[in-house]
Amino acid sequence: MATNSGNGGSDRQRVAQQRLRIIAGHLRRPEDGNSAILAAEECKGHVSEKTDASSEGKTVPRRRQEIMKWNGWGYSDSKFLFNKNGQAEFTGKRYRLSGMIIPALKDWFEGTFGANVHHKSPATPIVTSSAVQPPNLNEAFVEALKSTGIPFSIDAEDRLFRGHGHCLNEIFALREGKVGRVPDLVVWPNCHDDVLKIVELACKHNVCLIPYGGGTSVSSALECPPEETRSIVSLDTSQMLNESGYCTGHEPDSMEFSSLGGWVSTRASGMKKNVYGNIEDLVIHIKMVTPKGVIEKSCQGPRLSTGPDVHHFILGSEGTLGVVTEVTMKIRPLPEYQKYGSVVFPNFEMGVACLREVARQRCAPASIRLMDNTQFKFGHALKPQVSSLFTSFLDGLKTFYITKFKGFDPNRLCVATLLFEGGREKVLQHEKQVYDIAAKFGGLAAGEDNGQRGYMLTFVIAYLRDLGMDYYVIAESFETSVPWDRVLDICRNVKARIVYECKDKGVQFAPLSSCRVTQTYDSGACVYFYFAFNYRGLSDPVHTFEQVEHAAREEILANGGSLSHHHGVGKLRKKWMRDTVSTVGLGMLKSVKDYVDPDNIFGNRNLL
Amino acid sequence: MTNTYRDWGGAGLRGDDEEFVDMMEELRRSGDLGHSLRTFSPRPYEGERATSVSAGDLNKAVLESQYLRYIAKEIAKETGQSVEEVREDARGLMEEMSQNLQLGFIRLMGYTLSKVLKRLYTSVNVNMEGLNTLQRAVQGHPVILMPNHRSYMDFLIISYILFTYDIPLPVIAAGIRNAGMKMVGEILRRSGAFFIRRAIGSDKLYWAVLSEYVKTIVRTGIAPLEFYVEGLRSRTLKSQVPKLGMMHMVLEPFFKGEVYDITLVPISISYERVLEESLLAHELLGVPKPKESTTALLKATKVLQEDYGSMHVNFGRPLSVRQLCQGRIDRCRFNLIPRDLPQEPSAEAQACVSWLAHLMVRIQEDGSLISPWSLMACLLLQAPATVLTEEGLPWQQLTNKTLWLRKLALDFGARLNWPGQVPDCDVMSSTVALHRSMVHLKAERLYLVLDQEPARKSPVSPEEGALRVAAPVLMLASYRNQCVHVFARPAMLATAIQVAKTTQRDELFTVFRFLQDVFSHEFIFITEESSQDFEEACLLLKKCGAVHVSQQEVTVSEAGLEVLSFLRALLQPFIDSYQVMFRYLCENGEHVFQEQRVLPAVRNFATKLILSGELHTYEALSSDTQKNVLLALRRLDAVTKSRPSGQNEYRVNKEAVRRIGDMLSGKIPPQMLHTLPDARL
Repeated sequence: MATNSGNGGSDRQRVAQQRLRIIAGHLRRPEDGNSAILAAEECKGHVSEKTDASSEGKTVPRRRQEIMKWNGWGYSDSKFLFNKNGQAEFTGKRYRLSGMIIPALKDWFEGTFGANVHHKSPATPIVTSSAVQPPNLNEAFVEALKSTGIPFSIDAEDRLFRGHGHCLNEIFALREGKVGRVPDLVVWPNCHDDVLKIVELACKHNVCLIPYGGGTSVSSALECPPEETRSIVSLDTSQMLNESGYCTGHEPDSMEFSSLGGWVSTRASGMKKNVYGNIEDLVIHIKMVTPKGVIEKSCQGPRLSTGPDVHHFILGSEGTLGVVTEVTMKIRPLPEYQKYGSVVFPNFEMGVACLREVARQRCAPASIRLMDNTQFKFGHALKPQVSSLFTSFLDGLKTFYITKFKGFDPNRLCVATLLFEGGREKVLQHEKQVYDIAAKFGGLAAGEDNGQRGYMLTFVIAYLRDLGMDYYVIAESFETSVPWDRVLDICRNVKARIVYECKDKGVQFAPLSSCRVTQTYDSGACVYFYFAFNYRGLSDPVHTFEQVEHAAREEILANGGSLSHHHGVGKLRKKWMRDTVSTVGLGMLKSVKDYVDPDNIFGNRNLL
Repeated sequence: MTNTYRDWGGAGLRGDDEEFVDMMEELRRSGDLGHSLRTFSPRPYEGERATSVSAGDLNKAVLESQYLRYIAKEIAKETGQSVEEVREDARGLMEEMSQNLQLGFIRLMGYTLSKVLKRLYTSVNVNMEGLNTLQRAVQGHPVILMPNHRSYMDFLIISYILFTYDIPLPVIAAGIRNAGMKMVGEILRRSGAFFIRRAIGSDKLYWAVLSEYVKTIVRTGIAPLEFYVEGLRSRTLKSQVPKLGMMHMVLEPFFKGEVYDITLVPISISYERVLEESLLAHELLGVPKPKESTTALLKATKVLQEDYGSMHVNFGRPLSVRQLCQGRIDRCRFNLIPRDLPQEPSAEAQACVSWLAHLMVRIQEDGSLISPWSLMACLLLQAPATVLTEEGLPWQQLTNKTLWLRKLALDFGARLNWPGQVPDCDVMSSTVALHRSMVHLKAERLYLVLDQEPARKSPVSPEEGALRVAAPVLMLASYRNQCVHVFARPAMLATAIQVAKTTQRDELFTVFRFLQDVFSHEFIFITEESSQDFEEACLLLKKCGAVHVSQQEVTVSEAGLEVLSFLRALLQPFIDSYQVMFRYLCENGEHVFQEQRVLPAVRNFATKLILSGELHTYEALSSDTQKNVLLALRRLDAVTKSRPSGQNEYRVNKEAVRRIGDMLSGKIPPQMLHTLPDARL
């Protein structure tokens, strides 16, 4: 997606290649398992190569600040802004949208939020080292660490980068130049043995370890617990990755930045899980270093009946038990053929009914997502000025309402985006099957471009939040999973709750409150909610925001939704864990923690 | 935490200067035909799924629903019928039940009703503020209109008003007997009525069809839903303990998250004079109610020749079920069973529904307007029957006392329908004129109008004589009942002070709670809010100077004797009637009674006591009071009910009944009684 080639076939190829590079960056070379020392040397050698390559953006360097924003999402060179003419543009060269003007965004933005491009709320430009508290170091630990030769840093910027994820309150504070507790030291192990040493030293010197992957957490998982008095060491696993040559098909929206270890320890989910499965389906073997020692299975059999699966203690443990050092994942050949698609439905109800039927017939494409009317309009506003890719559909759509598809209410219709992958023949066949089902629910095929654009937006939408924050608009997304029979109820009620809560909490302008169904399962779906509002006139916008988010989560739970489908619990959603898994369930998890890590070395206090 | 009645109740309902507008005035100007042909353009519900749904679509949606399919399968399995047969039965029930709201018929009804209303009532008053808020509310969430039910007139008046003010017309839950009336049934159906059988009992299919029908109306928001939470029309003009079945059906879509919120609109309809007044009294005395038939209605046309004074329809503040239920219901509990399958309501849900239903009745009470006649009825009932029938009550004395009572009622927060521009004495005399069927004024003295003598020549037996007095007395009692809620709490405190013979607050509270238990079916109390009720009673008595209230004590003040004796006398007929019933149950040799037999027997027993001068209230003859006693005793676990052969049978624990009687008379101190949870649906 980095280039903007017009040719469909080779373009897809190129996109696939580029994705492959990103995924490959997260992959560990297939294990031979012979010698740990050998592996370590190998990976060390590799890292030095990677450092050179980092400027190309293949892998995140140790000093993230060289290429990434310290107080916003993603790469420093890529951002949305309103230029001198008041038009929105997206800078940089990395994305398909990069360098383009987005003419309709300003009006949509101002109209939706009651915002004004002349009312700016700029972020603090640079962080001063003095804002970061001096490190609270455990001298004995530092001395011992030095002797191992594993690289580490107590630089303020390095520490600041590892002290937060991407929750709204975290980014908001950074933009205001406010820095809370951050790790006291950052260490970059290169391989499994390095981790063993670090964990051993941490236990010996009673230091708190917080594993760090890609820093894309949205559950306050990386927040340093304020009650922690020990020295906190951030264990950055980003340098432990090797390149390989296949594809896992696991593509979470954050995949440019997130890490394999992070995926494992949060029970991540990828866009194409319909073909490849979620992380728990992809993982064959995991090695994790804990204070009690290393946990791993003795074989790579595809399924075991050996009591509860110990992998499931690791998957979703959110860094509370140890560090994942090695993962063996299933790999698949690159798909021969990829095709995007889209379907317009007269309303959201019909769209959901169609997705349910698709799920029932088990013919979901690699990805199928249903956006509500608000997001459909939002997508419309993001149409770039000149682009062969974007000409056909949306322009045509206006006329298409009134002429051919009269009867669709532009304020109610919604759109599903599709992505098919596989052999060419099969994809075409599959495509027909899905469109036939859609037709039964009043769905009309609405072109490939529209679909492709939908997926592209997935990767830039996080950048948009930073734009909003420049103009008094704060935004967040959150997700849940819910049985099919309650999808419509939950979507309606949670959206309504957000609107009512904002009003109740004194938000001056009606918020944006929107949702989409992003994954289908046999028995239910994953639903994403987006909400954003203009916070002018509020004395404590973050507090208001948190109240609304809290209420929205309560509403989700009241409507039969889960606490999280894939974002995890972290510290943000901890208070609902007991209700979610029952007291006994919580006790079971606690007893594992007590056994594995009695001294709470992995003291990020997530989950439990 | 959870809210109580005080957070939602009357105080908020009362606009500072509420404007009632007389609809009749407008109508007299514009003409009936013009009214019925007016352009009707309501702003409809803006819910997500609100597309115009016809009555036929609604029926189809109900029959096709997953819920009904599931139940049909269950029933088929239980009864051995085929699923298709069960579904055919369901279709039949649906047909019997369903409404067929048509604007044309509303116009026709409107035309007729305009004529009738103009003839019957001097004014039909509506609070515009309430209508305006309702108009906004119907665009939001599904709206449930919850009027009190005192007269047949209630049935169409709401639709008539909504039609007049461009608000979507409701579908209305009505008793099945109305459906049986030729033509009228069909007209009602087309005016939006749907029909519910009286005794559904354990008919599983019927429950399923009805509840799915109601829930579908709420879910889709096709029209506001109107129903009477009290269930039946009140024969005594007193609020009745709410029925919970319909309330459950209405609320379930919210509990299950099928709608974001539901708006409840309590409506208080107050009549200065009720069409059915004499019919009601006779029913209570055991003269059976005529079956609702078209001819009976036509016979009633003589009713149309008379003046019924003014009517007030007070639309209460719309209440959000979501807010009301906050902290009372854990909606997560409803998610563990697939959405469309039947769920047994949890104890929590039952408590919440019961609370809400009681709350609505309380708000209806608060919203009702009290007429001068109602206040006068309180006082007339406190005079000995012989004074009313023979000597006559001095008019001046009654006037003074009524004005005194008016002040007390206002102190207690009542809304009065007391004309402001007219001298008080004129108000009084026109009131008496309006109610000449009950009283007549002769030589500055007021007399009760006795019931007509039976046509036959034979001499009137003493029992028949008693009945002739009883009928107008019960009519008076009904009008007193229109305002009894205003005084009920302070009156119970006044009684408690007398019974307990103490000034200690906590002891008084124990007696107060005991009285609430005993009269749980007589007056509307919210079970969990008795301490607030007690506080309110203390506050009101303090406010009118009747008592001093401190942390530990409630002491009677000198100036308070008049108030306290009035309040005690207000409650006395109830206490006496209950004691009679207790006595009968204890003294009669049997332990098991059939309901059909016990009521006439108690009536005979009470009649004897009245004739012998032992009992001073004719209210003991009311079947309503007797039934309330049985319900209260069941709740107090002194009586158990069974239906061995389709007949209600009661087994009495005489010892327990005697103890309750003794506590009520103050012979033994009351203790916390074991009460059974209300599990009726």
